Amino acid sequence: MESHALDTSLRWIVLVPLLGAALNGLLLRRMPRRAAGLLACAAVGASFLLSVAAVVRLAGLEPHHRLLADSLGTWLDIAGVRVELGFAMDQLSAVMALVVTGVGFLIHVYSLGYMAHDPGFNRFFTYLNLFIFAMMMLVLGENLVMLFVGWEGVGLCSYLLISFWFNEEANAAAGKKAFIVNRIGDFGFLLGMFVLGAALLPHLGGGEGVFSFRTIAAHTHELAPWATAIALLLFLGATGKSAQIPLYVWLPDAMAGPTPVSALIHAATMVTAGVYMIARMNMVYVLSPTAMTVVAVVGAVTALFAATIALTQNDIKKVLAYSTVSQLGYMMLACGVGAFAAGIFHVMTHAFFKALLFLGAGSVIHAMSGEQDMRLMGGLRRKLPVTWPTFLIGTVALAGVFPFAGFFSKDEILWKAFSEGNPGLWVVGFLGAGLTAFYMMRLVVLTFFGDNRASEEVRHHVHESPATMTVPLVILAALSVVGGWLGWPHFLGGANRFEQWLAPVFEAGAGGHGADAAHGAAAHGAATHAAASTEWLLAAASLSLALLGLYAGYRAYVGRATLAGKLHAFAGGRPHRVLLNKYYVDEGYEASLVRPGYALSDRVLFRAVDTGLIDGLLVNGTALLVSITSALLRLFQNGKLRFYAYVFALGAAAFVLYLALTI
Amino acid sequence: MGLTHYLALAAALFLVGMAGVLIRRNSLIVFMSIEIMLSATNIVFAAYSRLHGDLAGHVFVLMVFAVAAAEAAIGLAILVEIHRLRRSVNVDDLNTLME
Repeated sequence: MESHALDTSLRWIVLVPLLGAALNGLLLRRMPRRAAGLLACAAVGASFLLSVAAVVRLAGLEPHHRLLADSLGTWLDIAGVRVELGFAMDQLSAVMALVVTGVGFLIHVYSLGYMAHDPGFNRFFTYLNLFIFAMMMLVLGENLVMLFVGWEGVGLCSYLLISFWFNEEANAAAGKKAFIVNRIGDFGFLLGMFVLGAALLPHLGGGEGVFSFRTIAAHTHELAPWATAIALLLFLGATGKSAQIPLYVWLPDAMAGPTPVSALIHAATMVTAGVYMIARMNMVYVLSPTAMTVVAVVGAVTALFAATIALTQNDIKKVLAYSTVSQLGYMMLACGVGAFAAGIFHVMTHAFFKALLFLGAGSVIHAMSGEQDMRLMGGLRRKLPVTWPTFLIGTVALAGVFPFAGFFSKDEILWKAFSEGNPGLWVVGFLGAGLTAFYMMRLVVLTFFGDNRASEEVRHHVHESPATMTVPLVILAALSVVGGWLGWPHFLGGANRFEQWLAPVFEAGAGGHGADAAHGAAAHGAATHAAASTEWLLAAASLSLALLGLYAGYRAYVGRATLAGKLHAFAGGRPHRVLLNKYYVDEGYEASLVRPGYALSDRVLFRAVDTGLIDGLLVNGTALLVSITSALLRLFQNGKLRFYAYVFALGAAAFVLYLALTI
Repeated sequence: MGLTHYLALAAALFLVGMAGVLIRRNSLIVFMSIEIMLSATNIVFAAYSRLHGDLAGHVFVLMVFAVAAAEAAIGLAILVEIHRLRRSVNVDDLNTLME
């Protein structure tokens, strides 16, 4: 018998948000707004409480048998392909479940205030609940297929929510872009799944679900020859979902949705799915050094690349969007160097402070009557007494200042990159961290310092947001401060409980990194001691860099003579322009893929194939053939009796002739 | 005079009748040509009846006569009516079958 505890509450963690969405969206469409909003919040809140209860039960189990399972039965059992409609919670799912439902709940509450005057209020909360449902399905799915269903679900929900204000052409286009770019990634994901299934099926006994994570973990030996292909294809899916190079382009555009959506997508749910998936599939990834290298390099490059773009953006949400892309790069970098626990740690802390920053930005936008351009903000410190300090906490947390949450997770990643023998990746990540501090300070200065540059009318209306919005900000700010302490590292005298907690999940593959942590520093003696001094050095370096970045950002933008002007003057403004236009990547895609695609569909598919071949030759051609034939046949039906008789006689003669010749 | 001669005569008459039906325009002539074709068949019936010493052929001849007579009566009546309506019995003018 399997050593796991049955726990039927898992299904309710997933299904309660679905129930909320169904009630709100299908049954009670005319429900008053307050009730709809509260129902949605209650659904997620219940899901959160159930998750907490489940995690408590999980923690009560013996560390190496920590697994709760629930099954609604067998979904598929065709030709040896067996898929359970099952849920499972291990240490990794537990972290994700708490983050998704917890941060998700705060975002729901915040939305009550933020969306209060929106005519699509009920629809909004239906989508939000559906989003949480899909994400929980992804996180708690017992096998890759369930994960994929959730994966597609969050894709759908992101489409619905990004183009929530669909009356604007740009919003609809952004939703479409998110959906299509993600489809490209999902194509890779599916292929990866197929390869995995094909590689695994011949080796399975009866009753084993082929895509079940436990089955995969138990058969890594058979998977080894295919690991690179599987890992890379799945990673393509992850680059789509988690907005890595080359498929990150949808995420900045996703800012078109309402701000709570940005917070939800960016912080807690969708974009972390790629990181979660790679961590979940760690037993396959560690089989392939090639794939690991690709993941690490793509992550590191994305981290730096996106950070440089964030330097020049003027839309407050766009800066945060590129920052998310960059931070996701760090998470990928962590996975790529085998530090899955550090990656998930960053997922968690990032969820706290990025949700905080987005919701704070939402609060600013709310105060500025919908203005998002930072060039028209400024001086909001005194006007927003709650938003301002919480936003500052989020900023220093993201910049990685000790002892805020971001410091622990980001430093853990950089340290792992360095200690796993990749000083190059460390340098890239290190530079990215400095840029992060800089652009975040730029954002803070442009928004909260100096004089207000908005129009008289807007300035008159500036006000702090209602309590439904500020309370989540305060809670998230608190989490952004203390959230990182779970992973207080050894070199600072902690035990890194977070890594210990996750260790059993990554033990199988990670070549014992997890085990190292689990055994604690004492087991390592001198080697650990030497490493610790290097770790001290690196941490000090990155802390100094973060502070330097913050200071530079402050100096460069405070006052009237902004750095933007100076940058503009530098080298004729060309570097600035390149950054401002995001390296022309969108334009490149437009020219190399989108426009040829349009040309192909217009000229070849539409004009040649559709109108030419199908309409012209096949449809109208058939009609033409029939009409020609009938025109010929009409000649015979002339009503002239003698002609009929003549034909008749000819026929008779032919018949006689035939008889004469054959007999 | 063998069977062949009778059959040859019948074939010749039939062809003459057929040619008349196909070529002539006057409906009356067409009618008469049909009668010729019927007569040709009668000759065949009579010849074979004689050959086999069987009366059935003669009976058929009588029946063909009867049918031909009936046809002539009805056909002439139709023709008279057509002529009354159209002032023509030219078969080329009678193409209402087309409609």
